[in-house]
Amino acid sequence: MSVLLIAEHNNKEVKSFTLNAITAASQIDQDLHVLLIGHNADDVAKSLSEVPLVKKVLHMDNEIYENYIAENYTSAILKHADKYSHIVCSANTFGKNLMPRIAALLDISQVSDIIKVISPDTFLRPIYAGNAFATVKSNDDKKCITIRPTSFEAAETTGGSAEIEKVDAADKTENTKFVNREEIKSDRPELGTARIVISGGRGLQSGENFKLITDVADKLNAAIGASRAAVDAGYITNEHQVGQTGKVVVPDLYIAVGISGAIQHLAGMKESKVIVAINKDGEAPIFSVADYGLEADLFEALPQFLEELNKLNTIQK
Amino acid sequence: MKILVAVKRVIDYNVQIRVKEDGSGVVTDNVKMSTNPPDDNAIEEAVKIKEAGKASEIIAVTVGEEKAQETVRKALAVGADRGIHIKVDSVLEPLAVSKILKKIVEKENPDLVFMGKQAIDDDCNQTGQMLAAHLNWPQATFASKIEVKENSLEVTREVDEGLETIEVNTPAIVTCDLRLNEPRYASLPNIMKAKKKPIEQINASDLGVDTNPRIEHIKIEEPPKRKAGIKVASVEELVQKLKNEAKVI
Repeated sequence: MSVLLIAEHNNKEVKSFTLNAITAASQIDQDLHVLLIGHNADDVAKSLSEVPLVKKVLHMDNEIYENYIAENYTSAILKHADKYSHIVCSANTFGKNLMPRIAALLDISQVSDIIKVISPDTFLRPIYAGNAFATVKSNDDKKCITIRPTSFEAAETTGGSAEIEKVDAADKTENTKFVNREEIKSDRPELGTARIVISGGRGLQSGENFKLITDVADKLNAAIGASRAAVDAGYITNEHQVGQTGKVVVPDLYIAVGISGAIQHLAGMKESKVIVAINKDGEAPIFSVADYGLEADLFEALPQFLEELNKLNTIQK
Repeated sequence: MKILVAVKRVIDYNVQIRVKEDGSGVVTDNVKMSTNPPDDNAIEEAVKIKEAGKASEIIAVTVGEEKAQETVRKALAVGADRGIHIKVDSVLEPLAVSKILKKIVEKENPDLVFMGKQAIDDDCNQTGQMLAAHLNWPQATFASKIEVKENSLEVTREVDEGLETIEVNTPAIVTCDLRLNEPRYASLPNIMKAKKKPIEQINASDLGVDTNPRIEHIKIEEPPKRKAGIKVASVEELVQKLKNEAKVI
């Protein structure tokens, strides 16, 4: 048995969710190889080789891999699929787009979004937006699996010295062309990996009022989240959305402000270690998952919260 | 241009899911069912393209038990021209559904296939990509904007980093994000008209597709409950608890 993990990267750095996926993959089998498909990505190959859990890096370098196109990645991965019992990657937009295409061509029923490795063929995965957990056993000879990154710790990135093997490129599709990518740049921690997340909901009443959230986020070095209602109302852009249709976050501290706690939102944050809810409606469902609930008007509570934080001698970053 | 739209009947998104005590699944008896939400966006987009004069026919297809027809009927009421219902008795895995849809694509020869990016019951997020693989067609997943060009589509995709735009030649598969559009409601006259639109029924067993499950569901259980929290009386108390009890700030 050997596991082949498909790395996500931007030709300069490994994306952090790949490190979480490496941890999960190594629990399936310790003979873990990583396939890096890219262009001029030698630095990425080197950093992957230094991850102690990685036993070998397969590096496929070609200009056709300058941008990630699922069709091109699929033909690249299929060239190596024979030798592996498991093909895995992270269950974010990268892996969700890619893995089913590989699985279908191998005639494998994919296991999506696992949160626990029970054995090499049995996994735990959430269904119904996390409202039920399914223990599933794959009876295919080979397995295609995507891994929910926030359910596994990130792998150590130093100390390893895996072999890097250069491998040949595969066929290129003529039917899909990359046009452009608009990345949202921010000085704040990324929502998916931040230690603290503070989110605002419809209770904020306007985009300008999100400044109250921003001020606290600055103080706590937190990422900013939002409920779907706040995004739909146009208070904030959609890359901030936490929930079933947005991002799933598992920070040490999640602060929900003016968010009622629709099932859709809870699905994206209820695994957070500590949850704080600030809402003026004492009956709001968000309180049922909150460790600390404060029934208060957010327009009074948030400035006070900032004031109290300013009084503290030290704040963990 | 002909557009095939695949829709799925699922437990309504507002229903609080209850897990069966014997661990065999979730309760579906007497539970409100509706169309998988992003599938509504897929239908809406197809209708908008047809209204813009860029499509000639929209076919709504579903794979499911007898009642799954309701989902097709709803698609007909918002603008699909005809329906196809592939009858199955059990819940199929996305791999099997994608093989069935391939047969329908071969029969109908659409230029585009639209569907939701993910079903909110099994949360698999596989069927569209698998169908694209079987057909060797390009795939544009998680679409939040679609521009129809001559022999191609320019699709803006919702990705982790922000937005990505790709161009795919037709025929192509597009899986739709909730942000693609605002699905319309069916008007009463259109609901009445939809009753007269044809729905072709096909038994999945007649399609010659292997639909046997490959994945065993060993147990379905409730997620671990969070232990009950407390209400704090003031902001001061909250900050003190976070600092000294939870030790997270």
